[in-house]
Amino acid sequence: MSLDKATVAHIAMLARIRVEDAEQTVLAGELSGILGWIEQLSEVKTDGVEPMTSAVDTTLLRREDKMTDGGVQEKVLANAPATTEGFFVVPKVVE
Amino acid sequence: MSADLTSLGLAEARDALAKKEVSSRELTSAYLAAIEDATPLNAFITVTADHALARADQADARIAAGEGGLIEGLPLAIKDLFCTDQIQTTAGSHILEGFKPQYESTVTANLWRQGGVMLGKTNLDEFAMGSSNETSFYGSVKNPWRRDGDSANLVPGGSSGGSATAVSAHLAAAAIGTDTGGSIRQPAAFTGTVGLKPTYGRCSRWGVVAFASSLDQAGPMTRSVRDAAILLRAMASYDSKDSTSVDIAVPDYETALTGDVKGLRIGIPTEYRVDGMPSDIEALWDKGIEWLRSAGAEIVDVSLPHTRYALPAYYIVAPAEASSNLARYDGVRYGLRVDGEQLQDMYEQTRAAGFGAEVKRRILIGTYVLSAGYYDAYYLQAQKVRTLIKQDFEKVFENVDALLTPTTPTPAFGIGERVDDPISMYLNDVMTVPANMAGLPGISVPAGLSSDGLPLGLQVLGKAFDEATILRVGEMIERAASFDARPQSWWSAS
Repeated sequence: MSLDKATVAHIAMLARIRVEDAEQTVLAGELSGILGWIEQLSEVKTDGVEPMTSAVDTTLLRREDKMTDGGVQEKVLANAPATTEGFFVVPKVVE
Repeated sequence: MSADLTSLGLAEARDALAKKEVSSRELTSAYLAAIEDATPLNAFITVTADHALARADQADARIAAGEGGLIEGLPLAIKDLFCTDQIQTTAGSHILEGFKPQYESTVTANLWRQGGVMLGKTNLDEFAMGSSNETSFYGSVKNPWRRDGDSANLVPGGSSGGSATAVSAHLAAAAIGTDTGGSIRQPAAFTGTVGLKPTYGRCSRWGVVAFASSLDQAGPMTRSVRDAAILLRAMASYDSKDSTSVDIAVPDYETALTGDVKGLRIGIPTEYRVDGMPSDIEALWDKGIEWLRSAGAEIVDVSLPHTRYALPAYYIVAPAEASSNLARYDGVRYGLRVDGEQLQDMYEQTRAAGFGAEVKRRILIGTYVLSAGYYDAYYLQAQKVRTLIKQDFEKVFENVDALLTPTTPTPAFGIGERVDDPISMYLNDVMTVPANMAGLPGISVPAGLSSDGLPLGLQVLGKAFDEATILRVGEMIERAASFDARPQSWWSAS
């Protein structure tokens, strides 16, 4: 499997990481190398094998649906790069 | 008490404290001085000296009052992946520089409840993604060990390289790390220390910066197997805040160290004899087999046929989970922000500036294998292969009590030697990754030196939640190997 530059640009956009034009070419080579090595997995016969979804055999516990935490606005905002009046501040989202 | 308090490991320091031969403040001060003196090793990102001394005084008061927990007053180094309340937690990344969690991880909270004293936060590969500690934004950690007659700096392994170096160079009585694909066991092997990855679900992941959630597990990094038994007991617990935490009582692991392996069946997996394995590692493995055999264990050849697929499957599963977990670093709620005109612009620039090259590679691989049209071919296939790997282990564990393998295919390598070749770096973890894929416990014990004088580890893998048996077998290897080599302290200014 080999990734081209356009695919790298697409997945970088999906991952929300800015990748400059020159870097896209380098990454296309690196990622193709890694994916080419991973490719050997396709030779394993997995017909009828269930995908593993949990490392331990447990059933998820249930609890009463009630609030267990909260009222910590200051703590929630303590590390925020920009806040105002108890809110996170972000650049404009729509024109 | 002798001047060199840092020569005491966890069990020895515990006993000295109990006999009032030394105080926690004296121990803590000695370690803080050793850390100061070992700056060239770059093992710590943050040293919490004032915090440590205050905790040591509290511990001394409790000991004087006849109280105190399992590790009361013992100075520990904490991988900078565990959130520590009000104390910077970076995960080795620029994107979390200056981040001060407003809560404490469950594992570290358990340690403090049992009286542990935090000396500081140790360096690591960025977001625990690496096998050499070279991907840290805060610089490479240096291995205290060097090859015979050579002054080249070597990597301590990774990702828990700072913790491994801290234990190896006696900068802490013990440390904790995390292991997603070998990040405790591989650096332990590279630094001549003991590292244990518990069963998935044994230690809570709550408050541990997430890399690959179905694989991550916290564990002890220590000078001896006994120290690992002590520390594991102190850090493990059931935790309702981690939905994959398992509600099984935590035993007193020290009682498992009986020194008796008679009648135990130890499996030797053929598939771990990888191509190009150095002859000294192969010879050490054979020695380990002989030690256990002469101690009365029964040696059984076993096969784990899907072993060679564990690593490529890991490099789908781990990046896929990482790409999802690391989506939270967006410059909005905490961490680095690089301003942009629009929200999308801010996200992209923040993540471009905040993540290093290896983290970006893995996020992009993960995003790709999860993207429309590729999910079945990559992610689903990897999860099926994971089932086969787990079944391999289940089958052999019907007939054996534990498995013995080398921990790594090579001893520590030089800083910069492998950074340009991601796949050769990934191959470091070929013997450690299968246990993560299957969720099983494993321990690395220093067992000998390579032909050029570097430590080598043997790995014991066990059944789920049977840490007691791997500790017992590990201690037997430790006794037989009587590994007492120490690195020369070339880093010391004093």
